[in-house]
Amino acid sequence: MIEAINDALAVSMERDPNVVVMGEDVGYFGGVFRCTAGLQEKFGKTRVFDTPISECGIIAVAVGMGAYGLRPVPEIQFADYIYPGLDQLISEAARLRYRSAGEYIAPMTVRSPFGGGIFGGQTHSQSPEAIFTHVSGLKTVIPSTPYDAKGLLISAIEDNDPVIFFEPKRIYNGPFSGYYDKPAQPWKKFDASVVPEGYYKIPLGKARLAAEGEQLTILAYGTMVHVVEAVCREKGVEADILDLRTLVPLDIEAIEASVEKTGRCLIVHEATRTSGFGAELSALVTERCFYHLEAPVVRVTGFDTPYPHSLEWAYFPGPVRIGEALDKILSE
Amino acid sequence: MADRPDGAAQQGGNRPKLALHVPEPKFRPGDTVDFSHLQIPEAGKQPRPDETCDPKDMHELAFGLVRVLGEDNKAHGPWDPKLDPDTLRKMLGHMAMTRAFDERMFRGQRQGKTSFYMKCTGEEATSVAASMALAADDMVFPSYRQQGILIQRGYPMIEMINQIYSNKGDKLKGRQLPIMYSSREHSFFTISGNLATQTPQAVGWAMASAIKGDSRIAATWVGEGSTAEGDFHSACTFATVYHAPVILNVINNQWAISSFSGFAGAERTTFAARALGYGLAGLRVDGNDALACFAAEQWAANRARANAGPTLIEFFTYRAEGHSTSDDPSGYRSAQERSEWPLGDPITRLKDHLIAIGEWDEARQEKMDLEAAELVKATTKEAEANGILGHGLHHPFRTMFEDVFEELPWHLKEQSEQAIREREIKFPGGLEL
Ligand SMILES: Cc1ncc(C[n+]2csc(CCOP(=O)(O)OP(=O)(O)O)c2C)c(N)n1
Repeated sequence: MIEAINDALAVSMERDPNVVVMGEDVGYFGGVFRCTAGLQEKFGKTRVFDTPISECGIIAVAVGMGAYGLRPVPEIQFADYIYPGLDQLISEAARLRYRSAGEYIAPMTVRSPFGGGIFGGQTHSQSPEAIFTHVSGLKTVIPSTPYDAKGLLISAIEDNDPVIFFEPKRIYNGPFSGYYDKPAQPWKKFDASVVPEGYYKIPLGKARLAAEGEQLTILAYGTMVHVVEAVCREKGVEADILDLRTLVPLDIEAIEASVEKTGRCLIVHEATRTSGFGAELSALVTERCFYHLEAPVVRVTGFDTPYPHSLEWAYFPGPVRIGEALDKILSE
Repeated sequence: MADRPDGAAQQGGNRPKLALHVPEPKFRPGDTVDFSHLQIPEAGKQPRPDETCDPKDMHELAFGLVRVLGEDNKAHGPWDPKLDPDTLRKMLGHMAMTRAFDERMFRGQRQGKTSFYMKCTGEEATSVAASMALAADDMVFPSYRQQGILIQRGYPMIEMINQIYSNKGDKLKGRQLPIMYSSREHSFFTISGNLATQTPQAVGWAMASAIKGDSRIAATWVGEGSTAEGDFHSACTFATVYHAPVILNVINNQWAISSFSGFAGAERTTFAARALGYGLAGLRVDGNDALACFAAEQWAANRARANAGPTLIEFFTYRAEGHSTSDDPSGYRSAQERSEWPLGDPITRLKDHLIAIGEWDEARQEKMDLEAAELVKATTKEAEANGILGHGLHHPFRTMFEDVFEELPWHLKEQSEQAIREREIKFPGGLEL
């Protein structure tokens, strides 16, 4: 997925001289996850550069650049560090178009690795997507395969609205079954890792049907898509697995169509439970598909604690928690 | 007390007791004001280094006060920008117009025509004279007290009033608090209510301009109270790191609502001196001296244009009126402060200068003030024809959902339909969609 992201950046920068990449360590070194490797060499220091360790500054400067007419792609090294830049995202980037009645826009794509499962402790493991979906004017995108990562990132960069692009770092190098003691498989073994060369886009606001089945609908994104797939395979459950890909705008049609077909809905995410995006999904499904439902909507999520370093596999919503929820929802 | 194991509190018994310092302004309501502690250097005595000089050689200027207009109302010293009389009269005219505008809009708020207004009385030079030193297409990232820039740049006054009234002529569609203008055409960035956020954005714009090899520079204005925000420090860091062609204007008007400048650190050092730690050029300027304001901004603009780096300018001035229409300063500061302010009034000083050089007289000033008041009054009438705040809903409901995103997503479409459905019940007057 790292190469796919790198490729998307390179393709976008080649096509549009206004695309600039910036962030802590992204320049010469190519980023701590190497997503921007080689870009500075190719596009020069004024289009790919390191920044001070100031998330507020990074986002704010991107707002100013967007107002000028550039398309900045700032990287926040870990999603956990986006908070110092929150005001600039929430009050500024997200509202520029609205408050100026379209005079100024902030066409930026904030890339950031998110999620746990890498022994990152409390400050390298969080999934803060719900904060952004709550803000009017921001789009939130989360890919789960290399193919999607490239196509979605190109769309995000071309989008005239500010986009938060969260990269599930647990699956940077390969999908993950959810078993902490089973090594991840490298991406190259999977079809989804086949990334076409050159330019292609995946539209924002369209979910991907990762698996088809009649028994229930599972809504997931990022790393959890792969965990859910593995659990269903193992348990022999035939589910529609909808990889949401973008949380805002949300593909409500795909969700409705699937839940109306299956009559059951399980929501899985890694973020903490209370006021998480799962609550929004659950409310939407209940409001819109109530008469098709044969069982209550169920959420599987992380716990409402900070991400604990040594106990991260107890926190992680893995096969046990998902399996239990599947049993419950299918027995009703 | 918390935190200490039992008995540990005694261990420090012989050590001196620590004490917290909470800043307190020199004068409170009822106090007799004495500003003799302020060091006001003689006009014309400050050196004017080359625009490309090293910030290290500018320490003195970050602690002093650049002044041009002397007690004799003449221009002195190397900072005299040597403006021709026409330009000076234009400057005076914009400043007088800004004041006339403030007077009328303040009154409009008291008459219930709008919810809120903020004057810049006493600070007109820091926006008008400073923006006259910039090119018309240099990008400005102002705060809420720089209406003088729009007036100086020739932005139609009726647009300003329409915005203040949130009426149907308001091109911001009634979404912004009064005085939070936006004009891309006039290179005037949309104003935020969140303090200091515009400062690093200005740096970003300036960086973009440099990336593109453009020749336009950026300037931003921020109150001294707001320099305590993290955003301001991000702005300074990015400005210095990338040598951005930007000017950071700090308007030290002594008060941040009821908190005096000491709460932003003014007891310890100057705001211009903040520049030194970052390696920025720092200038401290008499903000009530329009010529000094112009000269300093021009110096900084030349510096930025020559790729010689950013500048932080502190304009030392005084907020003569309340913070806004929602504020009553008599509750926290001595009423005498305004009249005792040792740097006088910027409009009076510029007028007296023009008179002293034989280019102006009181009669012409009176006529100009009258004309300004008349023009504002007539424009106000014209704007009122578009409606005032609270009298009718001036913008169709669907506009509320526009511009959140470039395109209307399904959830906003649904909510927009709901708002339109509700309208018959809430507003039976029958409103446009
Ligand atoms: C982030 C933020 N905090 C608080 C406020 C409320 N507020 C509005 S103006 C103001 C005082 C600002 O003082 P200063 O920066 O000195 O500017 P001045 O009003 O004196 O021009 C405050 C606290 C705000 N608008 N934004």
